[in-house]
Amino acid sequence: MTVENLWKVYGDQTVLENVSFDVTPGSFVALVGPSGCGKSTFLRMMLGDEAPSKGRILVDGVPLESEPSPDRGVVFQKYSVFPHLTALQNVMLGLEFAGSPFTARLFGRARRTARAAALDMLQCVGLEQAVRKYPAELSGGMQQRLAIAQALVKKPKILLLDEPFGALDPGIRAEVHEILLRLWREEGMTVFMVTHDLSEAFKLGTRVIAFDRRRTRPEEIKVFGASVTFDLKVDGKTIPVPLPALAAAQ
Amino acid sequence: MRRLINRKPDAAARFVLMLLPFLIVLLVYMAASEARLAVNPNDKLLPGWTTISAAIERMAFLPDNRTGNYLMLNDTLSSLTRLGMGVVIATAIGGVFGILQGLIPYFRATFNSFTNVLSMIPPLSVLPILFIMFGLGEPAKVLLIVVGITPFIIRDLALRTSEIPHEEIIKAQTLGASTWQIILRVVVPQMLPRLIDAVRLSLGAAWLFLIAAEAIAADSGLGYRIFLMRRYLAMDVILPYVAWITLLAFTLDLALRLFQRAAFRWMYRGNGR
Repeated sequence: MTVENLWKVYGDQTVLENVSFDVTPGSFVALVGPSGCGKSTFLRMMLGDEAPSKGRILVDGVPLESEPSPDRGVVFQKYSVFPHLTALQNVMLGLEFAGSPFTARLFGRARRTARAAALDMLQCVGLEQAVRKYPAELSGGMQQRLAIAQALVKKPKILLLDEPFGALDPGIRAEVHEILLRLWREEGMTVFMVTHDLSEAFKLGTRVIAFDRRRTRPEEIKVFGASVTFDLKVDGKTIPVPLPALAAAQ
Repeated sequence: MRRLINRKPDAAARFVLMLLPFLIVLLVYMAASEARLAVNPNDKLLPGWTTISAAIERMAFLPDNRTGNYLMLNDTLSSLTRLGMGVVIATAIGGVFGILQGLIPYFRATFNSFTNVLSMIPPLSVLPILFIMFGLGEPAKVLLIVVGITPFIIRDLALRTSEIPHEEIIKAQTLGASTWQIILRVVVPQMLPRLIDAVRLSLGAAWLFLIAAEAIAADSGLGYRIFLMRRYLAMDVILPYVAWITLLAFTLDLALRLFQRAAFRWMYRGNGR
């Protein structure tokens, strides 16, 4: 994936300027930076929710579609799951969209296949006990696990995470980290995660990219946007060994 | 002494307090009625219980001398039919337009200002036009209800639809949904309970337009009857009719609320609700 000379300007406010980098497939890229530095804006452009003012984003040499599509999954901090559907229905929804253009509902064998795939996915994130519950009945951590399952059932090439764990307690957060890392390794997708938590970025990422403004004098703030200020490859040394493996080694 | 805002009545006290205003109104009426009847036994303004119950029996339980119909039943059926048709049509139009206006930018750009201007037309000022165009029959009365409450339902539902978090709509697209699929599986199921809320809120207005239309031109109906009886100062009929209309309106509202609770349980699960 290639980001080429990307700019984002709202009116006379420059948010991002001249952002360029390459990402190898299968990377886990953590995007960090102070609030208002445009990291979420960058993610929305990756998502196709917003168009770049200048520059482009290429995946496998092809510019990204200008609207959200199933090759890019997403998990937001909030509102990532549908409140009127149970956990199982939430995960099945993506399969039903693909399998039934007009009614968006599956019947018979197609439905059983989709149901089985959704149940597998729910088991992967440890929600097999909660398949019949509505999101409002789940804890914050369970809701985010459900959102991950819902996105991954579509097998996206790229998974975009917008501060997905920002509202979770530290203990729950570590739990969801493990699940996410395992799924990332299994599925081999490229992950972009926006976070304001540096330790989370270094714990999960194979690469940490920091966005910040280079010029911060009051008269410069409007004209100059944020750009990439650090780009650290942290491959290898920071992927934590799963806890059971560690225990077995000892 | 604890502050007033921290003192809460228990279940029994709440029940008694709930009945209290009703009892007071009833007692005031009875006292006033008795005082007037003591001065003039033929007073028609505040009839006593015997007069009222005789009127109820005459209207509800004995066939009319001229037509052989039970008048109150007849009136109720014609009124509820008009109200039902008006509300159903308004709900259907309001649901479709509200959701499309709330969700689809091109649709909103086309119809938003138009709906806003339409909703500012006082519906009763349109009634003469309806009578001229559709005659004095049923369609004009049903249409007055439609004209009166549809703009409100559209605007309310468009607002609710646009309040669906943007994240949900984006998420649906990343799951591969088309616009139609988003409407069908994401927006409509979440908006149906809101539509019921909008209908509940507009029922009061619907009754108002119904009774206004019936008062002007009808040959049956609850509104027709009370305005007819006004000519004879027949308070003994008008008062039970008003009470009956209130009861009908209350029951309809309650039925919609209970239906919403039963049909959309996801709204009431979790979150301490």
